Amino acid sequence: MKTSIRLALSAIALAAASAASAQTTLLNVSYDVAREFYKDFNTAFIAHYKKTTGKDIKVDQSHAGSSAQARAVADGLAADVVTMNTTTDVDFLADKGVVAKDWRAKFPNGASPTTSTMLFLVRNGNPKNIKDWDDLIRPDVKVVVVNPKTGGNGRMAYLAAWGQVRAKGGSDAQAAEFVSKLYKNVPALARGGRDATGMFLQRNLGDVLVTFESEVVSVENEFGKGKVDAVHPSASIVTENPVAVVERTVSKKGTAAEAKAYLDFLYSPEGQEIAAKHNIRPRNEAILKKHAEAFKPIKLFTVDQYFGSLAEAQKVHFNDGGQFDKLYGK
Amino acid sequence: MNAATFASPVASPAAPPHRRAARRVLPGFNLTLGYTLLYLSLIVLIPLSALVFKTFSMTWADFWAAVSASRVLASFRLTFGASFIAACVNVVAGLLVAWVLVRYQFPGKKIADALVDLPFALPTAVAGIALTAILAGNGWIGQYLEPRGIQLAFQPAGIVIALIFIGLPFVVRTVQPVLEDTEKELEEAAACLGANRWQTFWMVIFPAIAPALLTGFAMAFARAVGEYGSVIFIAGNMPMVSEITPLIIIGKLEQYDYAGATAVASVMLGISFILLLIINGIQAWGRTR
Repeated sequence: MKTSIRLALSAIALAAASAASAQTTLLNVSYDVAREFYKDFNTAFIAHYKKTTGKDIKVDQSHAGSSAQARAVADGLAADVVTMNTTTDVDFLADKGVVAKDWRAKFPNGASPTTSTMLFLVRNGNPKNIKDWDDLIRPDVKVVVVNPKTGGNGRMAYLAAWGQVRAKGGSDAQAAEFVSKLYKNVPALARGGRDATGMFLQRNLGDVLVTFESEVVSVENEFGKGKVDAVHPSASIVTENPVAVVERTVSKKGTAAEAKAYLDFLYSPEGQEIAAKHNIRPRNEAILKKHAEAFKPIKLFTVDQYFGSLAEAQKVHFNDGGQFDKLYGK
Repeated sequence: MNAATFASPVASPAAPPHRRAARRVLPGFNLTLGYTLLYLSLIVLIPLSALVFKTFSMTWADFWAAVSASRVLASFRLTFGASFIAACVNVVAGLLVAWVLVRYQFPGKKIADALVDLPFALPTAVAGIALTAILAGNGWIGQYLEPRGIQLAFQPAGIVIALIFIGLPFVVRTVQPVLEDTEKELEEAAACLGANRWQTFWMVIFPAIAPALLTGFAMAFARAVGEYGSVIFIAGNMPMVSEITPLIIIGKLEQYDYAGATAVASVMLGISFILLLIINGIQAWGRTR
C-alpha cells in the first residue's frame, strides 16, 4: 500500500519535472479546411525553429468551423495564434480585446500571408459545359453552394457572384438580379464547405460546386483524381486568410516571440511554397508564378472594391432582413 | 366494469403515486428535497436562466424582430410540425415494436431488442449521414424513388424520417415495461366476458398503456424539436422550405448574433415547455378520470 503511494507521488513529481523542462508549446487555432496545410507547415516550422534558435518547439492544432473557433478563443480557449479564413472572425476577437486592435498592421499584406478565391468544380469532362458565371443561371444547371448564413465559404461565393457582375461593369441592381437567379438554381444549401463537397460528390447532387480554390486539392485527395474538373471563371473574389497573435494568451504564457516567429514563417519562401502545394495562393510573386498551372490567372477583385468591407457586406447582405433574406422572402 | 378499473393497477412510469405518509426509504425529507432542488438548479436551471438573461440584453422590439422574421416563423412551423408528425408515427410504430418484443418469442429477439436502443447510442450525425446516403438520388433506396418523382433527401420528408429514427426508442422503452406488467388474466377475463379481440385491445389493454404512450410521445416530440445532428444532413436547409430552427440558431451564432440566437432559442424552449405541460395535464386528467 505504502509503496504504491510512493510510486504515485514519484510519478507525479516526474511528470511535473518533465513538464517544467518541456519545450514551449504553441496552440494554433484554425479553420476546418486548413488542417492538412498546417500539418505540413508545422513540421517545417519545428525544423526551422530548431535550426535557427537551437530550441525545440511543439505546435498543437485545433480545427473546426472558422467562426466557431473564434467563439471558442473569445470564450477562453488558450490559443497562441489564430489563423482564420475570414477577417470578420479576427475582427470579432479584436473587439473582445483578445487580439490587438491593429492586428492587420502587425504582419505584411494586412496580416494575411495567403489568399484563395472562389471557383467552380464540375463533374469530370464538364458534361454541362460550364465555363463562366453566366452558365450558373442557365435553367438546366443545378448549383451546390454553402448557405451564407452558416458558412464563410457561402458568404464568399455569394459576394463573388455579386462582384463579378460589377467587375463586368454591371450595376448593383443587375448584380442582385443575377444572384437571385443563381440561388433559384440551388437545390439545397450546404452548412459549410465540407458539407457542400459531400453533397456534390457523395450524394451526386447538382452540376457545379462553387467553393474555395484550395478545396480542389482536398477533393482530389479524398475522392481521387479525375472525378472533378476545376473551372476558373473570368472573374472572382480574393478571399484573405488572416492571422493574428492572441495577446491574451502569449502575455500570460510568455510565448509572444515564438508566436510571432510562427506567423512570420508563413511569409517565408518555405512557408509560401507549402501553401502553394495545398492550393492556397501565396503572396510571394515568384512562388505564385512557379505554380501558374494551378493558379490560373483570373481577374480578381477584393471585397473592399465593391462592398466597402466584409463587415459592411455582412450588414447589407447577410444580416437578418438583408439582401440574402430578400431572395427567399415570402 | 369500465376501462378505468383496469387501468388503475398499472402506475404510469412518469408519475409515481403519492404515498408520502406511508414509508420512506431515504430518511430526511428536508435534506432530500434540498438536494433535489440544488441539483436541478445546477444542472438545469442555471444554464437555462443564462439563456433568458442573454435575451434580456435585447430591447423588446429587437426581440420581436428576431423571432418574428418570416424565415424564423417558417422554421418554427417546420420544426414543430415535423416533430409532431414523427412523434405520431413513433407512437404507432413504437407500440407495435414494443408489443412484438413483449408478447412473442422468436429467434434473434435479444438482438432486435438491443437494436431499439441504437438511436440512443449512435452519434446523431452518423445517423444523418447514413440516412442521407440511403435516400439521396444515388443511394440504395433513393435511386428507385427519385425516378418516380419521390424525393426524400433534402426535403421536409427527409427531416421527418430522421426524426422518426431518433424518436423510436423513447416510445418503445416507455411502453415496453408497462406492457410486460399488464396481466394476461385481464385479457382472459375480458375474453370470458365475451369481448372480441378488438374490444379487448381497445377497452382493456389500451387504457393501461395510454399514459405510457403519451409519455413516449412527449419524449420523442421534445427530443425531435431540439434535434440537430441527424436532421442537418438530410434537410435541404433552404430558407422558408427546409430550414429547421436549430439551424437558424447556429446561423445566428455564426454571425456572432448571440442575442438573436438566444431569443429564438428561448421562444423554442417556451413553446416546448407549454406543449409538455399540456401533455402532462392530459396525463393527469387521464389518471383521475
